[in-house]
Amino acid sequence: MTNDQDKIIGEVTGGDYKYGFYTDIDTELFPKGLNEGIIRNLSAKKEEPGWMTEFRLKAFRHWQTMKMPDWAYLKIPEINYQDIIYYAAPRKKSRYESLNEVDPDLLETFNKLGIPLEEQKQLAGVAVDAVMDSISVKTTFQETLAELGIIFCSFSEAVKNHPDLVKKYMGSVVPYTDNYFAALNSAVFSDGSFCYIPKGVRCPMELSTYFRINAANTGQFERTLIVAEDDSYVSYLEGCTAPMRDENQLHAAIVEIIAMENAEVKYSTVQNWYPGDKEGKGGIYNFVTKRGLCKGDHSKISWTQVETGSAITWKYPSCILKGDYSVGEFYSVAVTNNHQQADTGTKMIHIGKNSRSTIISKGISAGKSNNSYRGLVKVLKSAENARNFSQCDSLLLGDRCGAHTFPYLEVDNRSAVVEHEATTSKIGEDQIFYCNQRGIDTETAIGLIVNGYAREVLNKLPMEFAVEAQKLLQISLEGSVG
Amino acid sequence: MLLKIRDLRVSVEDKEILKGIDLEVNPGEVHAIMGPNGSGKSTLASALVGKDYFQITHGKIDYEGKNLMELSPEDRAREGIFLGFQYPVEIPGVSMVNFLRTAVNELRKYRGEEPLAAGDFLKLMREKKQIVEIDSDLTSRSVNEGFSGGEKKKNEIFQMALLNPKLAILDETDSGLDIDALRIVANGVNKLRRPDNAIIVITHYQRLLEYIIPDFVHILYKGRIVKSGDKNLAVELEKHGYDWIKQELDVEAKLSE
Repeated sequence: MTNDQDKIIGEVTGGDYKYGFYTDIDTELFPKGLNEGIIRNLSAKKEEPGWMTEFRLKAFRHWQTMKMPDWAYLKIPEINYQDIIYYAAPRKKSRYESLNEVDPDLLETFNKLGIPLEEQKQLAGVAVDAVMDSISVKTTFQETLAELGIIFCSFSEAVKNHPDLVKKYMGSVVPYTDNYFAALNSAVFSDGSFCYIPKGVRCPMELSTYFRINAANTGQFERTLIVAEDDSYVSYLEGCTAPMRDENQLHAAIVEIIAMENAEVKYSTVQNWYPGDKEGKGGIYNFVTKRGLCKGDHSKISWTQVETGSAITWKYPSCILKGDYSVGEFYSVAVTNNHQQADTGTKMIHIGKNSRSTIISKGISAGKSNNSYRGLVKVLKSAENARNFSQCDSLLLGDRCGAHTFPYLEVDNRSAVVEHEATTSKIGEDQIFYCNQRGIDTETAIGLIVNGYAREVLNKLPMEFAVEAQKLLQISLEGSVG
Repeated sequence: MLLKIRDLRVSVEDKEILKGIDLEVNPGEVHAIMGPNGSGKSTLASALVGKDYFQITHGKIDYEGKNLMELSPEDRAREGIFLGFQYPVEIPGVSMVNFLRTAVNELRKYRGEEPLAAGDFLKLMREKKQIVEIDSDLTSRSVNEGFSGGEKKKNEIFQMALLNPKLAILDETDSGLDIDALRIVANGVNKLRRPDNAIIVITHYQRLLEYIIPDFVHILYKGRIVKSGDKNLAVELEKHGYDWIKQELDVEAKLSE
């Protein structure tokens, strides 16, 4: 019977990474290494004001006093931070002077990724900020959105054009002292997206950022900041891919969200960084700090993530539920295959009265991978009648992978109700055979079962992305069952 | 001839379960295979549908002129072989509709036909549901999840109706059914009986054969078909019990010693 299992596992782990190509484009690169000089150069390159340079340097100095966290259930090879290039930017050709003109090679790259940057070719109702390596290449539909007072631009533009907003909110949810990777990001972040929804405005389209790593030996450090004023609403999407390389590459990002009274922010991620090959060679180290602050009463922040890529994932999108009646949600599907490792989950910090949170985490492990859920539910004394419901399910494909659950509960208010449910299941040979006997081959059967298992989370994604995510799940597990 | 089995020997973990089975099935026929527990009935069913836990060590299985052993389990299904499972497995999260639509469309793809549109598929489902008097809400649930024993068995026959096989093997479809469910399941099977398909009914009891009248009855004992006859063989068996067969055979065995 084990023979059979091995064969099936072998099949499912054989899937290919579709986005592994590299665009040969003239790129401006900084020399390798990290020091104050590099940071000053980076800041100068981006024509940043002095306060920003100072922020970076403070973060850098703090980072130097810190150690890499080792509490996650991950084996992280030592990273030589002096061996990384901290700035890589596709060079603008002089003949594309206008802001609206983008180098055709870049357009082609994003076309190949399924992200057309010409507005007329876009999915109706999705505005995109396209980031390649260290810079934003183009942001679409800016004018349309501006008519409603919505600011959607690259982080660099925001620093130039909306310094007061950036100054006020940057680092207010994730301070540079927060953790090792947050400090590193604060020192060297190069671009990202900025989004501001004014009072009472429902953003009429999905906003999205597409992150692409292209250059070799570089790290990508982007920062996203979303501010939703009273009674506003926005749905935000994030996608990411990278070329296939034998070397590991570092991606350390920060996302901060602030939701004011009665505001709602939905943040969805389809993370598909290059996971490394079948032997575990190469792939992205994805060390990301994402946190939202439900600042106003009745505010709501939802994180939905479909994590299929990266060699190592360290990521805990969290909510600080400060407002009374505020709501935090975390819906996650994390797939690990071959030698991938993921330690992911969330933190729900209840401060406001009657604050509520929901955590639905679906881990899928295949191959020789390790997949951990790590989540903290913390109810402070002030959080009268706080409610949390957590459900953490693990699905195993084969018997050489691991699934782990690390829930932490800290409850300081006796009126709080916190529920936790966890299950572990295995795709059984009998289930697959039942499908086979109805004429459904093994790959398709696994797709059916995995998508059925993850449906609760996939349903939370915007329509077009749910379909993409379903396909992605199937491809990620191609070749892997037991 | 639809199915021709010659001297089939099947082992499980190096233990021989089937010790030389010969069986021929023509279109339009219903064969009943009876036998005491452990005689190898389910092993035969599993070997026919290609579950590779069961190793075929010897013999031939010819299905419509093809060597069945060379086909994968899913291709055997697409070639028209259906197994009604003794213990249908639950697949949480996968809706019956999605599961069956995938199955039907895989079958159509194999035959070079276009996939059925959602509307046409639902219509087909409604039509076939009547055959086994299945509750509508069963089909909106996950595959077999939380189904009672009777519902699971009805669901097997419902799938048989939908997939329209040339050879259906029903493995102890009567086990765990009360008399009403048994009648419904049997009626369903009878409605699906046609001159161009065949059914192998595997059962421990004669009870089911009062409703599904077989053309042939075979008694399987210790891995061999020891007696074949018409429907009256089942009646006789019911009257005397399996001890009758056992005694007869054991006497023969003693004589030959």
